[in-house]
Amino acid sequence: MTEPKTKDSHLSVNVWRGGNEGELVNYQVPARENQTVLDVITEIQRFQQPDLAYRFACRVGVCGSCAMTVNGLPRWTCRTHIKKVVDNGQLTVEPLRNLPRIKDLVCDLEPFIDTWKKAGAPFSGSRTRYDPPANIKPDSPLRQAADAGLQCINCAVCYSACDVVHWNRDYVGPAALNRAWTLVNDVRHAKRQETFEKAFSENGCQSCHSHGNCTRHCPIQLNPSESITGLKKMVFKGLPKEDKK
Amino acid sequence: MHPLRSHKSYLASIGHRVSGVALAVFLPFHFLLLSTAINGADAMDEYLTLAEMLPVKIAEWGLVTLLAAHLFFGIRVLLLEFTHWPRRINRYAAWIVPCTIATILIATLFIIRVY
Amino acid sequence: MNRYLFIAQRLSAMILAPLVIIHLGLILYAVSDGLSGAEILSRTHGSWAWASFYFAFVLSVAVHAPIGIRNILKEWTSMNQAIINGFCLLFGLMLLLLGIRAVTSVV
Ligand code: SF4
Ligand code: SF4
Ligand code: FES
Repeated sequence: MTEPKTKDSHLSVNVWRGGNEGELVNYQVPARENQTVLDVITEIQRFQQPDLAYRFACRVGVCGSCAMTVNGLPRWTCRTHIKKVVDNGQLTVEPLRNLPRIKDLVCDLEPFIDTWKKAGAPFSGSRTRYDPPANIKPDSPLRQAADAGLQCINCAVCYSACDVVHWNRDYVGPAALNRAWTLVNDVRHAKRQETFEKAFSENGCQSCHSHGNCTRHCPIQLNPSESITGLKKMVFKGLPKEDKK
Repeated sequence: MHPLRSHKSYLASIGHRVSGVALAVFLPFHFLLLSTAINGADAMDEYLTLAEMLPVKIAEWGLVTLLAAHLFFGIRVLLLEFTHWPRRINRYAAWIVPCTIATILIATLFIIRVY
Repeated sequence: MNRYLFIAQRLSAMILAPLVIIHLGLILYAVSDGLSGAEILSRTHGSWAWASFYFAFVLSVAVHAPIGIRNILKEWTSMNQAIINGFCLLFGLMLLLLGIRAVTSVV
């Protein structure tokens, strides 16, 4: 690691370089009134380190591809203002925890994507295009339960924050279980029972210790921890009954 | 400590776990001691006089405290997992303070009762 | 942890909670004037109430503890799953046998 030397009006930024083996390299980046962590990384890549690898796409918090570890905590970097995280002019940016590192700030998301399948994630419809659409009341309890877990942007921040994942990589983790929660409550999902059973398989929802790291760090304020306890509550009674029409 | 680990609900879960391990290790010995009673009260007393020694007393106090901690934090887990509750963003952080107070209460009561 | 182990562990926890409260209460009550074998045995001897209380205790503990230990070994060690399962099964059986022996010797 190069010796950090903070000049006035500059940020001293340590960036992970390398794959699973690597080191933090220090860069001096001009401090600006308005900049996000992603802006800082982009500035390093444009002007100082053209071969720096990192991921982003939308820059507005929609695609979920820019997540990194910033000063020890997982964050979506495109919506993280420097002021919120900078510590004495210092910033350390590393790839997400709990995932294999490919190069610099890019990690391999495959294990994370695999957990979605393990928890029974794909939606499976029971109607064809010739059937009328299902008639679901938006205010029915099941629909509301499912709605609470929707809008996940698959950023893997929660997966990276979870210590149970850190200990046991077979644990499917918060994002996939949150997805399973939305599916078991979705009466249009044809394989609710199968999703339910997958969510309760070895290394499923029972492994969660309610640390709440997932909920604390989810950038869009979803509550995977609560979804997981919701699943656990079903352990005695099984799938929730379909809402009365 | 790592910021992902230095918050209440994380520590509560680690405390619950570590107290559980300690109790599991201790339990077989507890059962063995009680089994000495099969040879009458006197045989048991031979071991129980050990309990008058200060280090043993302190260890006993530790076990009572661990049992209380595991009990209260275990009740917390059951409440978290099996009770319904108006949705609250940080429910996982609930009941930690009351559980800690209850544990300290039992630990102090034990000391008061012994002396 | 699979679903049935989870059910077994949480059910045993629900049984243990009130039993442990009574146990703690008894400890706090009995400890004040020192423990003696005679005093302990006079309470438990021939009492069916205490006998069933302690049997329920031993049974639930023998279910509850090994499942917890299994999770911990899985998460905190790199031991092979089959070894963990075998170890926890043996641990549970040992608790059960020692516990039953302890209860039968005090009633
Ligand atoms: S609440 Fe569960 S899933 Fe979320 S971080 Fe904690 S252990 Fe992981
Ligand atoms: S639940 Fe939140 S933190 Fe987890 S992947 Fe989805 S959006 Fe990201
Ligand atoms: S770049 Fe799309 S969410 Fe950050």
